Amino acid sequence: MSPRLLEVRDLSVTFRHEGRDFRAVDGISFGVERGRTLALVGESGSGKSVSALSILRLLPHGVRLGGEILFKHEDILRMGPRKLRSIRGAGITMVFQEPMTSLNPVHTIERQIGEILELHGARKGLKLRNRIIELLREVGIPDPAHRLGAYPHQLSGGQRQRVMIAMALANRPDLFIADEPTTALDVTVQAQILTLLKDLQARYGMAMLFITHDLTIVRKLADDVAVMQKGRIVEMNGVDDIFRAPKHPYTQALLAAEPKGAPPEADFASPVILEAQDVRVHFPIRRGFLRRTVGAVKAVDGVSLKLRQGETIGVVGESGSGKTSLGLALLRLIRSDGPILYLGRRIDGLSFRSMRPLRRDMQIVFQDPYGSLSPRLSIADIVAEGLIAQKTPLSFEERREIVARALADTGLDPAAMDRYPHEFSGGQRQRVAIARAMVLEPKFVVLDEPTSALDMSVQAQIVDLLRELQSKRNLAYLFISHDLRVVKALANEIIVMRHGKVVEQGAATEIFANPQNEYTRELFAAAFAVEAKSVVAQEE
Amino acid sequence: MNLPAVSGQTQAEFQALAPPLPRGFLRLTPLNRRRLANFRHNKRGFWSLWIFLLLFVVSLFAEFIANDKPIFVYYKGEYLFPVLRDYPESKFGGFLARTDYRDPFIADEIDAHGYMVWPPVHFSYNTIESALPTPAPSPPTWMLTRQECERAAARVLAPGKPNRGCADIEWNWLGTDDQGRDVVARLIYGYRISILFGLALASISSVIGVAAGAIQGYFGGWTDLIFQRLIEIWSSLPHLYLLIILSSIITPSFLVLLGILLLFSWVNLVYVVRAEFLRARNFEYVTAARALGLSNVRIMVKHLLPNATVATLTFLPFVLNGSITTLTSLDFLGFGLPVGSPSLGELLLEGKSNLQAPWLGLSGFIVIAVMLSLLVFIGEAVRDAVDPRKTIG
Repeated sequence: MSPRLLEVRDLSVTFRHEGRDFRAVDGISFGVERGRTLALVGESGSGKSVSALSILRLLPHGVRLGGEILFKHEDILRMGPRKLRSIRGAGITMVFQEPMTSLNPVHTIERQIGEILELHGARKGLKLRNRIIELLREVGIPDPAHRLGAYPHQLSGGQRQRVMIAMALANRPDLFIADEPTTALDVTVQAQILTLLKDLQARYGMAMLFITHDLTIVRKLADDVAVMQKGRIVEMNGVDDIFRAPKHPYTQALLAAEPKGAPPEADFASPVILEAQDVRVHFPIRRGFLRRTVGAVKAVDGVSLKLRQGETIGVVGESGSGKTSLGLALLRLIRSDGPILYLGRRIDGLSFRSMRPLRRDMQIVFQDPYGSLSPRLSIADIVAEGLIAQKTPLSFEERREIVARALADTGLDPAAMDRYPHEFSGGQRQRVAIARAMVLEPKFVVLDEPTSALDMSVQAQIVDLLRELQSKRNLAYLFISHDLRVVKALANEIIVMRHGKVVEQGAATEIFANPQNEYTRELFAAAFAVEAKSVVAQEE
Repeated sequence: MNLPAVSGQTQAEFQALAPPLPRGFLRLTPLNRRRLANFRHNKRGFWSLWIFLLLFVVSLFAEFIANDKPIFVYYKGEYLFPVLRDYPESKFGGFLARTDYRDPFIADEIDAHGYMVWPPVHFSYNTIESALPTPAPSPPTWMLTRQECERAAARVLAPGKPNRGCADIEWNWLGTDDQGRDVVARLIYGYRISILFGLALASISSVIGVAAGAIQGYFGGWTDLIFQRLIEIWSSLPHLYLLIILSSIITPSFLVLLGILLLFSWVNLVYVVRAEFLRARNFEYVTAARALGLSNVRIMVKHLLPNATVATLTFLPFVLNGSITTLTSLDFLGFGLPVGSPSLGELLLEGKSNLQAPWLGLSGFIVIAVMLSLLVFIGEAVRDAVDPRKTIG
């Protein structure tokens, strides 16, 4: 057996917090060979990112590392700072999750890529510039010579991540660490980036350590898989074996956690709750001294839909396609044109005040369970707020009881109702947000990516909860998501949106089985198979 | 609503779902508890608060500490409280409408038929001492020479009594000002009026400032644009000159000064609160509150104001300090409180015009410096305690 490029033995990472030790990584061992990809899989808090950061010793001061990390037979944990710097950025490089913040906004991309080349021996001049152009071409930036002077804000998220990859590959590293590099990107861009990474790896024979929570990516990209749970590796095996015959119960649970099931049958006889005809949301672009309207950003441009009781319409599309704007417009939380009918009554002309009594019938659940709950109110207060606002004639005790029931309905322990949001996990917070919407017993709920910020296993639980609530209360959902698997599990009807326009609309089963539109097909391929048509970034 | 189901339940099941509320005198949120702990942790600020509160509470009872009337008089079988009530002098055999208890004739009369309990300092802020050992401003008694003391004592003592020098005259611990008024008494009353003025100005202007900032930030758009321009024009007026002109037209009193200063001081907080509201009005929980049908006022008070409290609390001690400084400087220039009021600024002015009497300027300076430093220390501690980087996360 040839010596492995990176050999991690019995690595442990200990944080000290308020006088107590907290072991984030607890004695893990793994190795990566040249030309192969190891995927480190786990849910948030399992210690996978911490393990990756400790390989380059990028963790903050005061964190204790134990064990050994052998890179080309040398222990990184016992290296001097000079030696360590020579490895960082040359022998081992890393790409982070968030492309919006990992590039310095005040420098051009030429300078940022040039810096890492200079640090490891390149000299300034025409040669350096040509090398940068070559790197940018390699990562699929179109017309790289003219992009050298661009600043990060002039690039799209996918392009920024490409620049990060160009920086990481600049010195032809032996080991490339990618920490959830595509989590913040749209599915089609994600597919392009992953295909690019696989190409580059094959070309240069790098070893790759890929950290992700997305099992679809793992199946596509990895050769070996290490599953992490609570700081330990519970199972490690080849990718085919893991997916075919998972041994550890946690791995089995993880594999089974993908949202499954089908929506309840739609009943065409049930009454129409909400109807929208040609809804448009335009944000005016004003210019000049008199702020004249010179044009409009068409966030939503002519969407019509008919939502029946007990039915779910899924709205899918990439970021910026106008999904959220559509949801907010239907709830009349932002200005829109075109008739919106609630139970046959026009509501699009109503003022904020006259909308208020209708609010109890139409609710919304947001994507980010951290941002949608006020950190200064207890969850009992948060859930009770709608009851108070709707002026229901309830005594304090009655209201508390209704809140307790709503929490119990969403699977939370009512005994914890006087605690504050920060004491709950992401999934529990999302349940609180759902309880807040459900306590008013609405007829129509907009679900704006309610599962996107959650771990896979929690996603499946939330999907089950939503479906259960729907069948129990005969709710109508407008389900907004970019995650097609979740949509598939919930929606009767689908609207595919792009740039504010409807690309395809119809029964979910038909569209999933046989998408008509070119864009829809591309989206489905990217989402279900992580396949991209080309690796070159498209102008956005 | 599943109300009928609820009321149909037995008490036991009712208890099972909703846990009983923890009872207590003060239910602090965990966040506020941590803030309180942070504040306590800052020793300097914590002790400053206690010292400040002690001085403030003591000065609130200034009439019982420094007064030219006794607290309690027992005279011919009657219990009298001159601090609280004015008694005509005829009660004690005189002829004035109000009794001058410092008059040796009245004092002897009361001592002969009962007794008096005096406050520790026998002067009020406006008591003009008649028997000064030296011409006013007279130095602190402990700075006097034995000769000066004996000369002064000879004037007040009944002939034939042994002259014990300084022990026989009334003490002015920090001397008197140029009108023969006791500096200690004036400091105590001046401290009280400065703090009260500062507190009133800071609290009223922060109520107005927070409300104005909240409305601008929450509604944004044209409301914000117009208000901001108005505030810019308003705050670019030269404050001090306007105050001087106004106070030469209207006779300044405590309330008039408060009103005039209020015209300009409310602007301070607007920017901070507006910025907080602008930032927070697009938070998802605010959108969620709108989707629940909450009214604008309720959203502002319940969801947005707590965000702005941090900024407001951070600013407040400095607004308070600013108010006190403005009052002091107006008094120093002679455009402040009416003549004769106990004011620290006036004391400083007297110190400036009587450089040969350093006790005036020095004691005024020390009291103002200590007061402002205490407030700054408290302000720093409050700012650190509510700092979100320390409390959240």
